[in-house]
Amino acid sequence: MQGVGFRPFVYGLATRLGLAGLVGNDERGVFIEVEGGGALVEAFLAALAADPPPLAVIERISTGPAAVTGRRDFVIAPSPAPDLPRGLPWADRRALVSPDVATCDACLCDVADPAGRRYGYAFTNCTCCGPRFTIVRDVPYDRANTTMAGFRMCPDCAREYHDPADRRFHAQPVCCPACGPRLRLLLPGGGEERGDPLEESVRLLRRGRVLAVKGLGGFHLAALAGDETAVAALRARKHREDKPFAVMAGGLAEARLLCEVSAAEERLLTGPARPVVLLRRLDAAGVAPSATPSATPSVAPSVAPSVAPGNRWLGVLLPYTPLHHLLLRALAEPIVLTSGNVSDEPIVHRDEEVRERLGGVADAFLTHDRPIHVRTDDSVVRVFRGRALPIRRSRGYAPHPLPLAGGAPRPVLACGAELKHTFCLARDDRAFVSQHIGDLENHETLRSFTEGVTHFMRLFDVVPEVIAHDLHPDYLSTKYALDWILERDADLVGVQHHHAHVASCLADNGVAGPVIGVAFDGLGYGLDGTLWGGEFLVADLAGFERAGHLATVPMPGGAAAIRQPWRMAAAYLDLAYEGDVPGDLGVVRRNARRWGVVTAMARRGVNAPRTSSAGRLFDAVAALVGTRDEITYEGQAAVELEQIADLRVDDAYACPLISGEGPFTASFTASFTVPGVDLVRAAADDLRSGTPREVVAARFHNTLAHVVADGCDHLRETTGLSAVALSGGVFQNLLLLDRAVTLLEERRFTVLTHHHVPPNDGGVSLGQAAVAAARDRPADPG
Amino acid sequence: MAHGAGGRATQTLIEAVFLDAFRNPLLEPLEDGAVIQVPAFTAPGGACARLAFTTDSYVVSPLFFPGGDIGDLAVNGTVNDLAVCGARPLYLSAGFVLEEGFPVEDLRRVAASMARAAAAAGVAIVTGDTKVVQRGKADGCYVTTAGVGLLDRDTRLGVARARPGDAVLVSGPIGEHGVTIMLARGELDIEADVTSDTAPLNGLITALLQATGAVRCLRDATRGGVATILNEIARASDVAVVVDEDAVPVRPDVRGACELLGIDPLYVACEGRVVVVVAGEAAEEALAALRGHPLGAGAAIIGRVAADPPSLVLLRTAFGGTRIVDVLVGDPLPRIC
Ligand SMILES: [Fe+3]
Ligand SMILES: [Mg+2]
Ligand SMILES: [Zn+2]
Ligand SMILES: [Zn+2]
Repeated sequence: MQGVGFRPFVYGLATRLGLAGLVGNDERGVFIEVEGGGALVEAFLAALAADPPPLAVIERISTGPAAVTGRRDFVIAPSPAPDLPRGLPWADRRALVSPDVATCDACLCDVADPAGRRYGYAFTNCTCCGPRFTIVRDVPYDRANTTMAGFRMCPDCAREYHDPADRRFHAQPVCCPACGPRLRLLLPGGGEERGDPLEESVRLLRRGRVLAVKGLGGFHLAALAGDETAVAALRARKHREDKPFAVMAGGLAEARLLCEVSAAEERLLTGPARPVVLLRRLDAAGVAPSATPSATPSVAPSVAPSVAPGNRWLGVLLPYTPLHHLLLRALAEPIVLTSGNVSDEPIVHRDEEVRERLGGVADAFLTHDRPIHVRTDDSVVRVFRGRALPIRRSRGYAPHPLPLAGGAPRPVLACGAELKHTFCLARDDRAFVSQHIGDLENHETLRSFTEGVTHFMRLFDVVPEVIAHDLHPDYLSTKYALDWILERDADLVGVQHHHAHVASCLADNGVAGPVIGVAFDGLGYGLDGTLWGGEFLVADLAGFERAGHLATVPMPGGAAAIRQPWRMAAAYLDLAYEGDVPGDLGVVRRNARRWGVVTAMARRGVNAPRTSSAGRLFDAVAALVGTRDEITYEGQAAVELEQIADLRVDDAYACPLISGEGPFTASFTASFTVPGVDLVRAAADDLRSGTPREVVAARFHNTLAHVVADGCDHLRETTGLSAVALSGGVFQNLLLLDRAVTLLEERRFTVLTHHHVPPNDGGVSLGQAAVAAARDRPADPG
Repeated sequence: MAHGAGGRATQTLIEAVFLDAFRNPLLEPLEDGAVIQVPAFTAPGGACARLAFTTDSYVVSPLFFPGGDIGDLAVNGTVNDLAVCGARPLYLSAGFVLEEGFPVEDLRRVAASMARAAAAAGVAIVTGDTKVVQRGKADGCYVTTAGVGLLDRDTRLGVARARPGDAVLVSGPIGEHGVTIMLARGELDIEADVTSDTAPLNGLITALLQATGAVRCLRDATRGGVATILNEIARASDVAVVVDEDAVPVRPDVRGACELLGIDPLYVACEGRVVVVVAGEAAEEALAALRGHPLGAGAAIIGRVAADPPSLVLLRTAFGGTRIVDVLVGDPLPRIC
């Protein structure tokens, strides 16, 4: 990968050891020739392997003897990359654009050094750190092809740029206060704040104001995390009712004041990608979901109640640009840092739009004159058993290629799903999954998708010959795929949504299957025209069979049943009690006025599509136990059900699988169904007998974990398979994931979970690409 | 955009089967009716008379519903299809397919209602046909009407004529017919004061065309509702149609029922509402003309035509977002994962 500081590192190492030779790179990778005493060469090799620069990934070192040249110096061979003409062989271009990288320690020292020329400079970077993907307009990766093109290097920066021994040798975005971007603080009315933009920003934040801050991939909205009035104002203006905000803490020590931080979480928090990491909160402030945020005096260092109401977890990230570092250092307290948008709009990234689109939200705009070329949201991860479980893969990760086991005979474009959209371009043994694009039904987002495809095709020199898409006829990504072949020559490959989920988990783990794939999510279009989402598949990359699933139930009102989880409770309870639903249940009393109509819709199939979704089962139980009748963000009911569950409870309800063609079986290949109705009845009876809802919520999770394990047991008997892949958005739920994995491992299954792409629909494009590639390989059956 | 994801590849049954089989220049635009030059009839002044011709079949359950029945629906539908071509409807035919045992009393009601509707629209039903099929082979009564009308003016209307800068109007609150039918099936106990909007639009359209010569396109928003019509216009004209969510007139009872049923009023059928595209500068004139007629009292300007993004219909939401309003391929199925 270019721009990771490997050649300067080799130069420095060789020079320190007094070795002669050269370092360069070609299409095979980096090559080094060293000439000198045997012990020195050994030391050189040892140091090379032991302590490479943080961003360099050494896959393999191969060594061999070379003829003695008698030279005395060590040089960096000129890189051919900047002069590469278009249309060169693939290998020369494929890895040229790196993800954005958090500010490195050396640059932080520069920023903190009062004697240095970059003291307090918000745009300091070097070959080890700084903006990359978000500023690249075209390849080759050269300053002229980035949004730094408009900044002419001053003599000092040019000297660093051309000095092989310098940390900034060929650092394309290199700059300094004399020649680089400048901060400005703009006011909504159109004026500009005089005085130091940073100092003024700090003053505004301290006064409880909402500030828009231009980051790497877009504008954020910031407010003091401890200031309930400011955070509540931010929520109201952004029209974001409940969805938790992320918090930026000044450093690891500050993060530890708010949350527990494990070793794995620390590595992610402080690593070069700097994602938002979901951490367990130390305070219990959020635990009762129904508690209305009150203006209780905020005891530092806790965060205000409105930051993440009802949540045991807090999304925390550490500063990743010098600007963030300077801001946080001056404030000395954490800030809420959330996407600069209103409601579900995509994050604002163009300067021309920021006043218009965020004028009603922000009191001032801390911005600068380095344009953002590609909108890229912050990434979000959780840690599961010491490894990353991505929730959103975006800044810091995209467009780093993922290995595609087996390879793609012809280049593939996988068009992804609809919500949490990503797309994926695959060629040879690499898959380039895009940054998080967002929800496609939004026009700005659709544009990001279509323009993003064009951008990736150019960056990675891929012209797709196979177009993979979901089977949902109304996904805009499906329509995009169908439109593609009207204009260009390519083969279409439709990939069932849950097969794509399972395949994404296989590709994520570098395996090909076959496995028992458990895909639990909200909804995906099924082969039989119903909406699937609680699926047991027997699958490899090329194909699958639907081997078991949740029994289907009606969704009265279609999309309205997703927005209003109580409708799912009504549908399930009506079936569970055969119409005679106990009137003492809270969910019945709260929704009495509409209960009759909605159950009638369910019974008669009036706008009530049938679904086997596990997410909708979560919704039903969440409404049943009273956490939520209506949601304001996707997956909210399930998130809150996880939050209230009493973690000490480890028993479960009985929910035996129904073998063979059960009364609800909708598919011929399925050998069992899971009677979700029995589970809901058990939960309702438990609740009516006075069991606290925290216990019911835990028993529900435990029961689903048993369902997963029992389903896999059943399929191991019929197929002999003992590897299980867990995928789908429901497996973002750590409680369910942990209990399911524990049970499966107790029963000696090998369990695959997600580590590189999210289990949710953000991973679907990788799965589609893996399936399309597998079907394109002549050796593979199917 | 190289690919607008406008779903241009999603063919309808009509395009896949009938357009292919019958292909000719008059059918090709797939408008509500065909406009035919008839050399034999010469209009005053020596110009060629232009004739509009259309047909439609009606199947509705229940046959009788608040605000109308299958009879006036069949007459008004064909009258409206002629009127949106810019024609003055003149003569209708009526064909009936009756299920054996269909009560004669009901047939009388249907016929009477057709007669009333024809009189109201100023057309005559001049020919017809009746077939009876075995019990169980049909659902009571199906009606097919065809109609002819004359184009008095030189107005050129069509879905391909919208231009950036044009205004988009509807002649009244939307969704009433479709919601009425859903509720009239009696499966759901929803309290709502809703009646079908079925009505002949020829008078209203005449008033509009007299008031302004700047009308580009007229469509009655039947099956698929206003959303589907706007998509046809956006695609045929290669323009964007941008609709303001707040500007779309929907009666509170219709909105309430739609919320309960989980359906979007933009996709619900109307039988007496016309979508109007008119040059931007004539928007107020057109609005005034519509509102001056009893059937257009609730008319509103709901959006405008823009150049970009071509072939898409966008809904500007209350928060200033832009949601894509797409044509649905099948029954609406949620897209949320
Ligand atoms: Fe999914
Ligand atoms: Mg028609
Ligand atoms: Zn650095
Ligand atoms: Zn400089």
